[in-house]
Amino acid sequence: MDTFLQQMVNGLTAGSVYAVVALGYTMVYGIIQLINFAHGEVVMIGAMVAFSVINLLVPSGLPPLAIVLIGAGCAVPICMLVGYGMERLAYRPLRHAPRLAPLITAIGVSIILQHIALMIWSRNILAFPQIIPSRSYFIGGAAITTIQIAILAICFMLMASLAILVYRTPLGTAMRATAQNPQVAGLMGIDINRVIAVTFILGAGLGAVAGVLFGTYYGIAQYTMGSVLGLKAFSAAVLGGIGNIPGAMLGGVLLGVVEALGAGYIGDFTDVCAWGVPLAACEGGGTFILFGSNYQDVFAFLVLILVLVFRPQGLLGERVGDRA
Amino acid sequence: MRFFDTRGKPWLVWLGFALVGLALALLPFALAQAGTTWVRIMNYTILYVMLALGLNIVVGFAGLLDLGYIAFYAVGAYAYALLASPQFGLHLPFWLILPIGAAVAALFGVLLGAPTLKLRGDYLAIVTLGFGEIIRIFLNNMSRPVNITNGPQGITRIDPFSFGTFNFARPDTVLGIDVSGPIKYYYLLLLVALAIIVVNLRLQNSRIGRAWEAIREDEIAARAMGIDTRNLKLLAFAMGASFGGVAGGMFSAIQGFISPESFVLVESIMVVSMVVLGGMGNIWGVILGALLLSFVPEILRWTVTPVQEALFGRMMVEPEVIRMLLFGLALVLVMLFRPAGLLPSAVRKRELEEHVA
Amino acid sequence: MKNIQIGISAIAAAIALIGCGQQSSSGGGAGAEVKIGHVGPLTGGIAHLGKDNENGARLAVEEANAAKIKIDGKDVKFTLVAEDDQADPKVGTTVAQKLVDAKVVGVVGHLNSGTSIPASPIYNQAGIPVISGSATNPKLTEQGFKTQFRVVGRDDQQGPAIASYLATNNKPSTVAVIDDATAYGEGIANEVEKTLKAAKINVLPREKGTDKTTDWKAILTKLRGRNPDAVFYGGMDATGGPLLKQGRELGIKAVFSFGDGACTDKMKELAGDAAEGLLCSQAGIPVEAADKKFLDAYKKKFNADPILYSPFTYDAANMLIQAMQKANSSDPKKYLPVLQKLDFKGATGKIAFDDKGDRKDAEMTIFTMKGGKLTPVAVIQGGKTQTYDEFVKAAK
Repeated sequence: MDTFLQQMVNGLTAGSVYAVVALGYTMVYGIIQLINFAHGEVVMIGAMVAFSVINLLVPSGLPPLAIVLIGAGCAVPICMLVGYGMERLAYRPLRHAPRLAPLITAIGVSIILQHIALMIWSRNILAFPQIIPSRSYFIGGAAITTIQIAILAICFMLMASLAILVYRTPLGTAMRATAQNPQVAGLMGIDINRVIAVTFILGAGLGAVAGVLFGTYYGIAQYTMGSVLGLKAFSAAVLGGIGNIPGAMLGGVLLGVVEALGAGYIGDFTDVCAWGVPLAACEGGGTFILFGSNYQDVFAFLVLILVLVFRPQGLLGERVGDRA
Repeated sequence: MRFFDTRGKPWLVWLGFALVGLALALLPFALAQAGTTWVRIMNYTILYVMLALGLNIVVGFAGLLDLGYIAFYAVGAYAYALLASPQFGLHLPFWLILPIGAAVAALFGVLLGAPTLKLRGDYLAIVTLGFGEIIRIFLNNMSRPVNITNGPQGITRIDPFSFGTFNFARPDTVLGIDVSGPIKYYYLLLLVALAIIVVNLRLQNSRIGRAWEAIREDEIAARAMGIDTRNLKLLAFAMGASFGGVAGGMFSAIQGFISPESFVLVESIMVVSMVVLGGMGNIWGVILGALLLSFVPEILRWTVTPVQEALFGRMMVEPEVIRMLLFGLALVLVMLFRPAGLLPSAVRKRELEEHVA
Repeated sequence: MKNIQIGISAIAAAIALIGCGQQSSSGGGAGAEVKIGHVGPLTGGIAHLGKDNENGARLAVEEANAAKIKIDGKDVKFTLVAEDDQADPKVGTTVAQKLVDAKVVGVVGHLNSGTSIPASPIYNQAGIPVISGSATNPKLTEQGFKTQFRVVGRDDQQGPAIASYLATNNKPSTVAVIDDATAYGEGIANEVEKTLKAAKINVLPREKGTDKTTDWKAILTKLRGRNPDAVFYGGMDATGGPLLKQGRELGIKAVFSFGDGACTDKMKELAGDAAEGLLCSQAGIPVEAADKKFLDAYKKKFNADPILYSPFTYDAANMLIQAMQKANSSDPKKYLPVLQKLDFKGATGKIAFDDKGDRKDAEMTIFTMKGGKLTPVAVIQGGKTQTYDEFVKAAK
């Protein structure tokens, strides 16, 4: 039981990071139906910038929490700039081009950002300075660290404030209007270009925070970290219903839990010996495991494919799979 | 090809063919003068040409962006490796395995295509990417509980191609000329590549080719015109995949050793870049793209390092990094300024320019 | 028809011209120049290791030149042809071909097993001996090529070494084995599992991540439920560090042990205080225990300390040179049989090859993390374990 509880804690923490990244995908998709393939790289740049700033400030003797906050404070505007630049230079000129064009551009942008990061921060895996002492608390046999609690709290706050922004402010109304019908929104006096740019900037800012959280949680950052994280977060967004903000949160958390439980239990469930099949390998307490934790990375893709095939609108979303 | 006006002068066409054919036939010997390495590099380049042509059927003709194309290459390579290596003690002849590899790859193409028929372009791209990764993860992990692919250790001692006593890996003397292993492979690869080019050319203007084009332009309209979009899309996936499978089998034999690390996502993106850069849907464009992008790393290797060492006294930016930056930049710039690629296909050009305007 | 003939001869002439132009540039090699190749990744993630390897070989070559060695009564000048394989199997084969084209008489390398294996048939066909100083995958020398050698221990020597040290010193009753699903990680983990099972120790079903895994918590939580006394991870420091850190966060008290991929000082950086007390193994003897003369010469020449495998590539290059001297010929055909039987005393100790081309009685060193530094505790050779202090004493 404590194992199960622990897996839930693990899954929730990883899932809430996915959720914050997924918000970036879903906001952009919701408004201009573009899969911003390069969003994962924005997250990576957030983590890298924070890494540099934190490393610079460690000798200054400031309180650790302040250092991390300054690190995040530097990462967010830089990522926002990257997000804006991306939209302005690579996506806006293609807004009316056939669908594949911006997707291919996005792949190109993603490669470029990765290799610029490589040149700045090297190829090596960077050890995020462990300045905030991590304490483990045991609740019902499950360990939860201070950092995990902080991550859960921050993610929840971010999601709540984003929901308020989108559903309770004039800017949010403008965003939703643009998402529904850009032409009409334009006729109603909304500056569509501005709204789209703001969406990219907000998404990138969230990505930066996610990057910092990821770095402090796992203690590492590397120029390639964005691609896997981005793909998983995208799967989460699709699971929740892409374009749907509460959907992205739900999808992120669910995917995190599915991955944790999957990696934790798939081996036991697919042990042919445990099914009672008499195999030579089973003698003397042996095992014959069909799928072990080695298939952990398959879950995200499997979720993605299954959702797109059987319920393209996702758990909470509108139907988008066959939108022209 | 509108390079020369050949109307009323069919001999000019034949002359052109003869010249190109002769150049291609003599090429490996010229390259071998500079070093057999260059013949090997040329061989890998031809493999990429095959891959790019295969992907072109899916992306260029039918308009389905496939980001996991390398999976079919992997399937073909493993099919060959498993049937012609000590892994299972099987040593079937290559002319039997290559078609098997192509068929298995085609089957996987249909497996990927069938559930994704309803998906729109960008969704399809992501799903294919996931599919490619899943295949790689499976190949990497199918060493237990029963050892099938030997997992990350890969498969060694894969048989080279051979015909009776004629072994493609060994140097030989044919008609009094010394022919090294790579040169023999070159001719075989060239032959297969030419066959693929012919198939592509014939497909382009066939009923099927035009139906694909219709699907690419407007799927709903195509269906309304009575085109069986489901089967045609599946056919595109299957055909594209089978070319990838053949290329994979040849890679396996030439390399003699394969492991899942040769079939990573970057390879898929590289093939997509070739197709996009050269010109989606235009066979000559795609070949040009494949040639350009396969030689870029070699060119960079010869230029970037010495130039940097002369300027800064040491290597600041690795050629590999510059290569990837160029790839990324090429994708972005081509889409922004020349969306139909370097050598656009006529239809594609019209279509893309209309939209951009 | 005349046009065609002119065309053909023009093309043929042009091609011939290109060919000739480049032939003269590669065809050099007058008189007594003897070329030795070296291959390792000089770009990419482990470029620093590739450069270290190259430095080792380069030092040997330059010392040989300074010693004015004569072969067959003639002065010879050795040159090192260094190539970059980017740790990519495909590039590995083209680079191997390049060395064969350049008519090298012997090769030191490659660094990785993944590039050494596909390159080995190319060298074999050309009859050129290859000695790797760092490729540890058993398969490399199991292919049956007479030209393939290595001076470093195999994974199936290193795995048993760390496993038997763990078994005798920590006496665990249950061990969890994890790997990163790479050729290296899985290979060494398999050997560890085999040795532990032979010692009648209970081994839990294998868990696997990838070489990019950052979140090990799901796997570790599962293992925590089974209470292992020790954990072995086959993989690199980039993933091993986070694994160790997360394991301690979850409250796992077991001893964590690693192969040479995670036997680096980086572990301290990545895992923080959790790294204290880890056990790990390296193939060969610790760099600082290598021959003092080599260490000083390396430091003097390259203004840096050797990193990992340079003592081995140094020995490998020296073995090629000594074999040529003994055979009194730089012709691979003539000196290959001499190399096979050579008894060599080098920077990494005594070296002799067995029938497969592997090093006989290769040493393995066990380290522990003590006060944030990797400290050698024992050296294992031919199944015999001696403490590090004993080993150093015996070497003197």
